Amino acid sequence: MVLGAWALNGAALSVLNPYIYRILVLCCLNVILALSLNLVNGITGQFSIGHAGFMAVGAYVSAAFTVYATPRLFGVTADAGSLAAAGPFILALVLGGLVAAVAGLLVGLPSMRLRGDYLAIVTLGFGEIIRVAILNIDAVGGARGFAGIPQRTNLAWVAAVAALTFIVIRNLVRSYHGRALLAIREDEIAAEALGVPTTRYKVSAFVVAAFFAGVSGGLFSHYTYLHTNSFTFMKSIEVIVMVVLGGMGSLIGSILGAFILTALPELLRFASAERLIIYSLLLIVLMISRPQGILGNKEISWSGLLARLRRKRPGEAA
Amino acid sequence: MQELFQQLANGIAWGSIYALIALGYTMVYGILRLINFAHGDIYMVGAFAAYYLARLLHAGGPDPSPLLAAVVLLGSMAICAGLGVAIEFFAYRPVRKSSRLTALITAIGVSLLLENLGIRLFGADPKFFPQLVAPKTVVLAGGVIVTNHQITVVVISILLMVALTLFVHRTRTGKAMRAVAFNRDAASLMGIPVNRIITITFAIGSALAAAAGVLVGLTNPKIEPLMGIMPGVKAFVAAVLGGIGSIPGAVIGGLVMGVSEYLVVGYISSTYRDAIAFVILILVLLVKPAGLLGRNVAEKV
Repeated sequence: MVLGAWALNGAALSVLNPYIYRILVLCCLNVILALSLNLVNGITGQFSIGHAGFMAVGAYVSAAFTVYATPRLFGVTADAGSLAAAGPFILALVLGGLVAAVAGLLVGLPSMRLRGDYLAIVTLGFGEIIRVAILNIDAVGGARGFAGIPQRTNLAWVAAVAALTFIVIRNLVRSYHGRALLAIREDEIAAEALGVPTTRYKVSAFVVAAFFAGVSGGLFSHYTYLHTNSFTFMKSIEVIVMVVLGGMGSLIGSILGAFILTALPELLRFASAERLIIYSLLLIVLMISRPQGILGNKEISWSGLLARLRRKRPGEAA
Repeated sequence: MQELFQQLANGIAWGSIYALIALGYTMVYGILRLINFAHGDIYMVGAFAAYYLARLLHAGGPDPSPLLAAVVLLGSMAICAGLGVAIEFFAYRPVRKSSRLTALITAIGVSLLLENLGIRLFGADPKFFPQLVAPKTVVLAGGVIVTNHQITVVVISILLMVALTLFVHRTRTGKAMRAVAFNRDAASLMGIPVNRIITITFAIGSALAAAAGVLVGLTNPKIEPLMGIMPGVKAFVAAVLGGIGSIPGAVIGGLVMGVSEYLVVGYISSTYRDAIAFVILILVLLVKPAGLLGRNVAEKV
């Protein structure tokens, strides 16, 4: 299977031009972020705007692991493209995810006392504090940015992790625990009354979401130039927009939202200077004309999705 | 000791700016339960409106007239009041019945729109704000040095806040505003024109943000289209810190933020400046989840 993915990546590299290839990688990274944020914002009904902070933790931890620990633990760094480099890379990604999950636990704990907008602003605050803290660690480059990270990430990696994220979160939502999360979203008081330990579930949702955001950050840091400027709260906002635009609580919607919002600014490049103006206008018009997001909270099968897309296309163009 | 007072003075001047922006956040939130993300960008538009008005009226000469400065300030406030009303009418009113997240994303869209329109219309490079008031430094007791610009900022902020408090507590419209904030449906049943009150709220909030933009142009004369993002977020944090929906809370929150930022810059490191606001916020919310002056709303089952 790994070899298959590798072959796929080789094929993609030779068929697609580098520009499209890069956009596809960024799409997949955003899919991971949007899916994991949907677990908190869409499925559990909490409101987090600090997702970029977890991504930053994962990015820096895994990058630091690759740069400082991998040569000592695994000897001379293998060629980036070779399969021998995959083991340490996976280790770096998982480690980044785990540390991000611990950060998620720290952020999730205040959700015991806060709700709604107060929770939102605290998650935003944690995201910014994480960013500023990293900015002040000299070993990972500080304000200069973290240079010298071997490039390990390619389309096969991000696509595989995105698929894995989707499968894990979908199965989680369909499980006993997922039902508890949905119950919290629908009515927290009723869920509590029915014996759902709401606080524990809310914190768990944060932790799982932070883990995947951290892994996504690890993939990001092994793909392109790493600087804390990539993790400002505008990045968190971008992910929220993907989730809401796709439809809160709809996993397919999050994937769709991630692809649309990553590709849209690129598709609008013909309008160079006005493209971001058009982008923001489209966002406003879309929210006014379809406030529940493209898919609402429905989860649909492939055939259903295709049929729906065919119907919805005029709406999107408006 | 002198340095401490110096940082306090700088912090109070800067905190007044936060407080003015925070007032708009807190008023809109109080009435619509909407985090008006575009509010920081209205502050930016306020600074640019004043910049162009000042150039038009030749208000920034070597010997500036205080009358023209007042005209520029009021003109910018009027322009932004209009802008705020237009944003509410075209963007927020259509989504008022939708979920609050939809409204939030719409607000983010408006914020991005204003920023990118600003880059397109005003250019991305910083512009130098004209000297509306001739610069002068004043030495206070204890050797604390402040500029007359900082004094102007604090005095105008206090005047505006007093005017706002009187308006909200002493006029019929103010009473209607409080009623709508308390319970919109009930206010509507009592015959209060809710839409008009919301429009007025946006006009006042945006005018206050514009005033903050003009005042910031006095003390930090470099203005650019993205200048509203950080102060916007921090002013919202200030509003939450003070207890969102509470007008004195917004003022206290703004001052706490301004002073703590300058204390961090003076005694720790300027790189931590952007984090201190959030550290204070989290500490306060862990102890008082509704903010310093916020009311704890009992949960209804």
